[in-house]
Parts: sequence; structure tokens; C-alpha cells
Amino acid sequence: MTGRLSRREMLGVLGGIGTGALAAGFAPIAFPEADAAEPGPKRQWAQGNEYNMPRPCFQCENAPCLRVCPVAATFQTGEGVVLVDQDRCIGCRMCMAACPYGARYFNYNEPPGHQHPFQHPTPEHPVPQQKGTVGKCMFCVHRTEDGKLPACVDACGMGALYIGDLVEDVATNGQQTVRLSQFIRENDAFRYKEELGTGPRVYYIAGHGQLWES
Amino acid sequence: MDSRTHTRYVERAMWPIGRGDRKFWIVVVVLSAMVAAGFYAYIYQLQRGLWVTGLNQKVSWGFYIINCVFFIGISYGGAMTSAILRLTNAKWRAPLTRLAEATAVAALLVGAVYPIIDLGRPDRALHLLLYPQVGSPIVWDLVAVSTYLVASFVFLYLPLIPDLAMCRDTLGPSAGRVRRTIYRVLALGWRGEPRQERSLARGIGIMAVLIIPLAVSVHSVLAWLFAVTARGGWHSTIFAPLFVLAAMLSGVAAVILVVAALRKVYGLQEFITAKHFRYLSYLLIALGVGYLYFMVSEYLTEAYVLERSTTPVLEAIFEGVYAPAFWVFTVGGLVLPLVVAALPGRFAIARACTGSALIIGGMWLKRFLIVVPGMAEPVMPWDWGRYAPTWVEVTITIGSAAAIPLLLIVFFRFFPAMSVHEMEEVEGAELRRTRMVPAFAGGGDE
Ligand code: SF4
Ligand code: SF4
Repeated sequence: MTGRLSRREMLGVLGGIGTGALAAGFAPIAFPEADAAEPGPKRQWAQGNEYNMPRPCFQCENAPCLRVCPVAATFQTGEGVVLVDQDRCIGCRMCMAACPYGARYFNYNEPPGHQHPFQHPTPEHPVPQQKGTVGKCMFCVHRTEDGKLPACVDACGMGALYIGDLVEDVATNGQQTVRLSQFIRENDAFRYKEELGTGPRVYYIAGHGQLWES
Repeated sequence: MDSRTHTRYVERAMWPIGRGDRKFWIVVVVLSAMVAAGFYAYIYQLQRGLWVTGLNQKVSWGFYIINCVFFIGISYGGAMTSAILRLTNAKWRAPLTRLAEATAVAALLVGAVYPIIDLGRPDRALHLLLYPQVGSPIVWDLVAVSTYLVASFVFLYLPLIPDLAMCRDTLGPSAGRVRRTIYRVLALGWRGEPRQERSLARGIGIMAVLIIPLAVSVHSVLAWLFAVTARGGWHSTIFAPLFVLAAMLSGVAAVILVVAALRKVYGLQEFITAKHFRYLSYLLIALGVGYLYFMVSEYLTEAYVLERSTTPVLEAIFEGVYAPAFWVFTVGGLVLPLVVAALPGRFAIARACTGSALIIGGMWLKRFLIVVPGMAEPVMPWDWGRYAPTWVEVTITIGSAAAIPLLLIVFFRFFPAMSVHEMEEVEGAELRRTRMVPAFAGGGDE
């Protein structure tokens, strides 16, 4: 894995539904905002009733959560990642109402993780989270900036998660690198609620019956 | 109105001023205790954080947002009632306008606090002024509600000026220096000169016209808080007018209750009669039928198409977990009270009050049915969210509801309960200044 992974257009290809059941298992470890060492909450990253599925923030191109924020605490980086400035957030939860994917959570209580004496949490590395503000998956920009994979992609032993760059048209799950557009086409990848015009940048690949065959 | 009735009118309007008998203090203490309990619950929440509420990751808006919409709605109805009566120049309005305007301000003061109570970081509320993002409905809310707050204060204050002058002139030295200074300062040198009368009439006229679009905008903006999201049951074009109508409906109902209660307590039966209640009931019925129509229009169009995002919400409301609340609201909180209020014949006052109380309860339930199912509906293929308020939310709600009557009786302890000046204007009666002996000087009672 080389180079920066998060360019303006960015993508997570997720082996969803069929293999997604595995996602719940690693999500707690991989949950970046809680630090890998912390047996943190799995929050809403992965949950379900009939099946578990990973649901990161979709980093919408046209993000509704961003538009409704009264204090501009939610913003988009040049690379397209939607971040939350928890120093500015007033905790009105308007963005939670507006996000069509339920990708945001509110820190009702003191979140896990201790305050580093010299390091203040930033939007790019919001650890620990601030109580009374909202948080969400931020595609681990603090890792991708250094050319590392997001924590969830790194941690998924099954290689079910891919991250890539829509402009350079590559994606990787840490084991194999694929041609993004082709990969999406060949696997019938789909996005949630495309009709809303939010432009979600996370694709899901539905299972092809593997679960039932075995 | 002959001069004797006139004297009695002034007397009754001034009667609550300075009155402090046992009953008064008992009521004040009981209401204050409820408000204090609400404060305690809020401080409890401030110290611990929002986890002490029943809010959770799926249902992240609950009682506080419901109450915000509910109380601001009541306020809106009070202001509208008064403005409509003034603009249509209804002759029977004189004893009612003050009560309606005061209700509007009291309810608004309570409703406007709720967004702050709901914040995760109330200590950063100032960020709204420092970094406003004009695209956000919350910023629209802030602008609309604060403008409306100022306007409703002015709307209460302007017609009060001549009455303040009356207090200044007729209440003897026993009223105490502080109080008389307050009257003098607030009366702004009112002498009842034709020039002053003209500017006052113009001022009140402008405010009556202004308050309507202002109040409409406040409630539309509150509706857009929900309607601009993509959630099922929220993303509806009819939301703004629906909210406006709901607000007027609950507001008129609240005015009826306030008028009925204070009429009894302050002995205004002579001036506020069954006729007034009948007229207010007409207003209530017209608004209620209008609301029913809007609601049917909303649900019918949504339920007919059965879009993927709205269907689960509608199912939950019509026949699922929220069905009891919905049917109680529709039957007991909307249709039944309208029928009760519309019936011809006797007991106009009792019927108007029963209908109003039911409508107020019903409108609160309706707000619940808007906020909670829309939130609890799974936006992704998951379970439904659940929401049950904790004692903190319930206590704050009760405390804030008690704050409205408390504010009103404290207000009327200092200011006339009925507008004397307006009555004189409507009746064309001569301005007569009778020297009043205030209650706290041992007089005033018959
Ligand atoms: S998925 Fe939700 S939180 Fe993430 S960018 Fe889109 S609207 Fe915002
Ligand atoms: S909760 Fe925070 S990030 Fe979300 S809309 Fe409110 S201020 Fe913005």
C-alpha cells in the first residue's frame, strides 16, 4: 500500500450483507475514535437485526448533515471527507436528524479514552470524543494521511472492506489491489438511497448466497 | 356601558393588583415548587449530561423538542387571537386582549428556553451568534423566535401604556414608591392627548399586522426543522402550514382556558360572559376543522403512495406502537372536543373549557406523533428505535408548564388584567378617572 488513499473522491467498498456478519466482530477493535487499545463501544458502526452490517459514514458528496449544522461544526475536507469539529459543535443533534443513514452518534456520556496531556483532539483525530457533541466515522483521515489503511480495513481478517480513490480508480483491502470501477461493475455494487441525491461514497457488495451454501 | 358598569370594570381590572391573600400565596407557592422541581431536574441534567434523559442514538430528539414546538405554538395562538380580534375590530375583544397577549408572552418565554435545554453543550450556545451558518434551519429558528419574542413583548406593552398611566394616576401613595416609579417610567408620560392616542393607535395597528407574519414565520421555521430532512413522515411540503394551524388551534384553546380561569379568580364574570366563550369557540372550531382537513390531506397523500420511507412510519402510527396515541389524539383530542364545543345550547363556558383542555392535550400528543415516530423509524435496515422519557424530562416538562400560570398571576399582580383603555375606546365612553384604593391598602374589595 502506497500513497495517499484519501483524495477528493474516496470510497469504501464493503463486502456487505453476505460476509458482513463478520463485520460486527471486528468493529469494536477497529473503532478508531476509541483507539485500538480501548475496548470501546462499537457504537453504531455495525448493528442489525437479521444480520449485522458495517455502516461507516458514507462521506456524502452532497452531505445533508453538513447543510443543517447551525454553527458549521461539520465540514468537508478538500478530499471529500466530512469531519466534525467537536470544539465547535453545540450538540443540537440536527445533523443526526438530517443524516439519512443514521451514521452519526451523540456522546451522551463521557466517552472512553483519556485525554492526552499534550494532545488536543482535532477533527482529523477526534480522540477522545467530547461529551455533549456528535461524532461519526471519519474514514480515519489521521491514518490515511500517513498512507495507512483505515483501522477497520486493517483489522478485517476476511478482507471484506476496501478503501480506494475514485479519481485514481484503485482500491485495496490490504491484501489485494483492484481496479475500482471494474470491481464495482463486476460485483454489482450498490449504494444506499442513491435517489436522495446525497451522493454517498460507500458501495456495498451484496452476498451471492455464500452464507446459505455453507 | 353606563358609568356605573364602567367604574366596576375599572375596579375589576385593577382588582388583582397588589392582592396577596392566602389563596394567592398558596397558588404561588405550589406553582413555584413545581417550577423549582423543573429547575432542579435541569441542573441535574446539566451536571451529568443528556444521558439522564431517555434520548438515545436513534431517537435523539424527544420531549424537549416536542415541548418547544408545543409551547411556542400556544404563544402563537395567543398573539394571533389578539391580533385577529384587533384587525377585525371585534367589539367584544376589550376584556380579552390583555389576557391573550400575556399568555402569548408567558408561553413564548417557556418555549424559547427548550432549545437550550435540549443542547448537548449549552455552554456553547453563544456559538450560534459567533459562527452562524445561515443555511441551517436552527439559525432560521433563532432569528425568527428572537424577533417574535421582541415583537410579542411590544405587542403586550403598547396597549398597556394608557393603563399604566391610569395606575400611576389613580393608585395612591400606598402603592409604594418603587411600584409607582415603575408605573411612571413605563407609562412614558402618557396623558391621553389626542396626539398620543393617534400614535398609540397606529403603533398597535402596525404591531397587530406585523405579529401575524412573524408568528407564521416562527412556526413555519419550526416545521422546516423537520421538513428539510429526508426522514419518513417529516419530509412533507404541508408541514409548515400544518404547524401554523396546529399552533393557532392550541393557542386559542389555551387562551380559552386562561380566560376562564382568571375570570373566575379575578371575578370578571360580569364582563367576560358566555358570549365571549361562544365566539372563541367559533374560532376554535374553525381552526380545528381546518387542521383536520390539513391532516387528512397529509396522511392521505402519503398513505396512498406508500413510499418506502414513509410507509413504516404511517403503519406504526395507524396500527403499530403509536396507534393508541394517534387514535386518542384524533378522536379524543380533535374530533370530540370540536363536537363538544360546537354543540348548541347551554353550558357554553364549560363546553368551551372541556373542548380546549382536550385539544391542548391532543395537540401535545400530535407533536409527539410527529417527532418520535419520525426519529424511531430505522433509516437503515435495522430495528426500530425506542424512546421513553425519564423523570428528568417529565419533571422539566411539568415545571415549565407550571411556569406559565405563575408568570401570568405574577404579571397581573402588577398590571391590570383587562385593558381599560381599550374598553373605553371600544365603548366610546368618556375617560373617567376615579381614585382607586388599592387592595394592599386595605380597600378595593366591595
Ligand atoms: S452518511 Fe450521514 S453523516 Fe455521513 S456524510 Fe452522509 S449525511 Fe453526513
Ligand atoms: S450536533 Fe454539532 S455537528 Fe451536529 S448539527 Fe448540531 S452543532 Fe452541528
